[in-house]
Amino acid sequence: MTKRQKRMVAVAALVAGLALAAVFGFTAFRKNMMYFYTPTDIVEHKVAEHARLRLGGLVTVGSLKRGEGLNVEFTLADCEKSLPVRYDGILPDLFREGQGIVATGQMKDGTFVADEVLAKHDENYMPPDLAKSLVTADGKHSCAPFKSVMRAAG
Amino acid sequence: MIPELGHFALIAALVVAILQAAVPALGVVRRDRRLMAVAGSAAQTQFALIFAAYLCLSYAFVTRDWSVAYVAANSHSDLPLVYRATAVWGAHEGSMLLWMLMLSGWSAAVSVFNRRLPPDLVATALAVLGALSIGFLLFILLTSNPFDLNFPVPEDGRDLNPLLQDPGFVIHPPMLYMGYVGFSVAFAFAIAALISGRLDAAWARWTRPWTTTAWLFLTCGITLGSWWAYNELGWGGWWFWDPVENASFMPWLVGTALIHSLAVTEKRDQMKAWTVLLAILAFALSLLGTFLVRSGVLVSVHAFATDPARGVFILTFLAIVLGIAFTLYAWRAPKFVSQADFALFSREGLLLLNNVFLVVAATAVLLGTLYPLVIDALNAGKVSVGPPYFNAVFIPLTAPLAVLVGFASAVGWKRAKAREVWKRMRAPAAIAVVLGLALPWLLGHPTKLVAIAGGMLALWVIVTALQEIVRRVRARRDRLQGLTQIPRAVWGMTIAHLGLGVWVLGISFVSLYSVEKDVRLGPGQAATLSGYDFLFQGTEPRRGPNYDADHGTVEVRRDGRTVATLTPEKRLYHATGQLMTESSVDHNALRDLYVALGEPIDKNNAAGDWALRVYYKPMMRLVWWGGFIMAFGGLVAASDRRYRLAKLREAATSGAEAAA
Repeated sequence: MTKRQKRMVAVAALVAGLALAAVFGFTAFRKNMMYFYTPTDIVEHKVAEHARLRLGGLVTVGSLKRGEGLNVEFTLADCEKSLPVRYDGILPDLFREGQGIVATGQMKDGTFVADEVLAKHDENYMPPDLAKSLVTADGKHSCAPFKSVMRAAG
Repeated sequence: MIPELGHFALIAALVVAILQAAVPALGVVRRDRRLMAVAGSAAQTQFALIFAAYLCLSYAFVTRDWSVAYVAANSHSDLPLVYRATAVWGAHEGSMLLWMLMLSGWSAAVSVFNRRLPPDLVATALAVLGALSIGFLLFILLTSNPFDLNFPVPEDGRDLNPLLQDPGFVIHPPMLYMGYVGFSVAFAFAIAALISGRLDAAWARWTRPWTTTAWLFLTCGITLGSWWAYNELGWGGWWFWDPVENASFMPWLVGTALIHSLAVTEKRDQMKAWTVLLAILAFALSLLGTFLVRSGVLVSVHAFATDPARGVFILTFLAIVLGIAFTLYAWRAPKFVSQADFALFSREGLLLLNNVFLVVAATAVLLGTLYPLVIDALNAGKVSVGPPYFNAVFIPLTAPLAVLVGFASAVGWKRAKAREVWKRMRAPAAIAVVLGLALPWLLGHPTKLVAIAGGMLALWVIVTALQEIVRRVRARRDRLQGLTQIPRAVWGMTIAHLGLGVWVLGISFVSLYSVEKDVRLGPGQAATLSGYDFLFQGTEPRRGPNYDADHGTVEVRRDGRTVATLTPEKRLYHATGQLMTESSVDHNALRDLYVALGEPIDKNNAAGDWALRVYYKPMMRLVWWGGFIMAFGGLVAASDRRYRLAKLREAATSGAEAAA
């Protein structure tokens, strides 16, 4: 092979490698990309069942119920709507009623079935995704309807 | 008084950094040796000043000086001494000071150990490092000063994040930063080469030990981080593809590529422009990592700083540094195109392939890390890319790398003969295939195709690495002499590749054969997995120095015989009111038995039922051992005498050239 041909081979190898990576990348992306929703989004817009997604909200006070084994059920709410959530597993250390959490899973018969529940490592911490979705038009963290739900429950 | 001194030292360091950047640069332009010589003493003075500031902050922590806002926010009077001393890097401001300490330390090291380099090259490199110092010192002084005072002085501190009160935390951040910041030296040398136009084998030889040293610290740092997460986060994971982990992993991938391309540049005087580009990229990714972690754009365990001003500052700094570096590169790099013959089937050809895979892997990680941020910035929704993406992309990209590593020493420079290579490679290949097939069976695991493939790759890497040593020993009549004559560079490479093999083996088995169970157990009840009975004996209250704990006892039995007694804890830290899971692990080379207390099922439940995580993880240790072995290989390679001797010789020849 001449020097030119060799260089072409090298360039071709590089391009092939990048193309391969791109193919892997995009297939994997399509499969593993998850959108973030709040209970209102789901109740109002009807998310397709079995689509994996992340759901963020505040755990309604007094809604936590334990079942057989490690089964738990609770209600997750934002300012307007709330949604029942089912989870089979160990809740994180910072899971508490009234606190913001993010759950990963899918909708099934009107219930959100979570396979992972995340709460963050700070009492006052809100997951940024959640905090943003709770901000009202005037830019404040007011969540009056939700607070009234909490007061009624507590 | 002491905090003010620290603050003052930082300001003085900024002044010195400005001198370090400006005066030697002027010296290079005017070819004035005296001005160039300022660089070294400025770098050392800067280091001394920053070290003083660092000591002041440590002193404030150790003496519980709550008048310093940062100390009050990250310490507490009950905090044990070792954590008070290390709480300096427990949050953002102190971490940046540690970062600066590392940067000035590396600069001072360059000024001390490279006295025999051409003075203009050292002066330029130190000026570049000085300019980086200016940026970071401004960042600290303007947006995140650890010496800011509190008024009124609080009665007690708010305590260090309990997650960070762990031995792993004591050494993980300094190691990681040593690595991160260490790439600034390669970067500075690359910029100096671009400016001076001198980029030859000698340059590569100067740069190699620095890069290898930075790389080995980064390797240690990442490995320690993984170990810490496993012990401390309470759910037995050792790698999460968390954006912050990715932020340290991307420079590692590019740094690994850089180490290998530097070898080609040194030995064959080729791939020069590419090497320079990698040096710039490795540091660029370190800076990007800092930006990602510090800007608060990430949703992560680590992202404790969420101040947009900081993010904007670092992003601007990043843009300026990279803008200049890439402009310089675009302008000067075409000079470095080499005309020498380049064969694909040769060591340099395979190293080029290795580089392609590593860089593509880094790109894939970058894509997965940045894509959600870009989508968010464009207001196109909130997405997250989970670990399955990274696994799906990363594994097929790195498997060919492991195959390539096996050829490392068998394929020679310039041009290799396929027949000779085959002759050397067929025995290791056969061993890898046969043993790889048998390995799951030998260890009592069910046969899984992927595990077999992983085992084969790992054994292939390990056996070929060992074969090189055996071959070199046999080449001499006196075997002992053969062994002692092996250069450290070869030892280093062999050990690092061995570490890679161990690492691949560990990852393959722990990923495929782990058994993880979340169970609900009352005292006296047992859970069984993989032949082990985990007998829960209940919990009892215990008091630690700054926390209260539920101290659980789990007896692990196999065939009726007690194998281990594990004592996981659930701790409530007083100052922050934060709950922490303290896992308990029994380990040997072949398996980890991991137990963590989840939560009491019901506080009013008289039976005392708990939710427990009970894991069996085969070969978990090999993942970390592999990392440390790789780092040790780097240490051995960086200490090769050749670099020190060569420096003398190069200095002599380049001096002669300059005279001619």
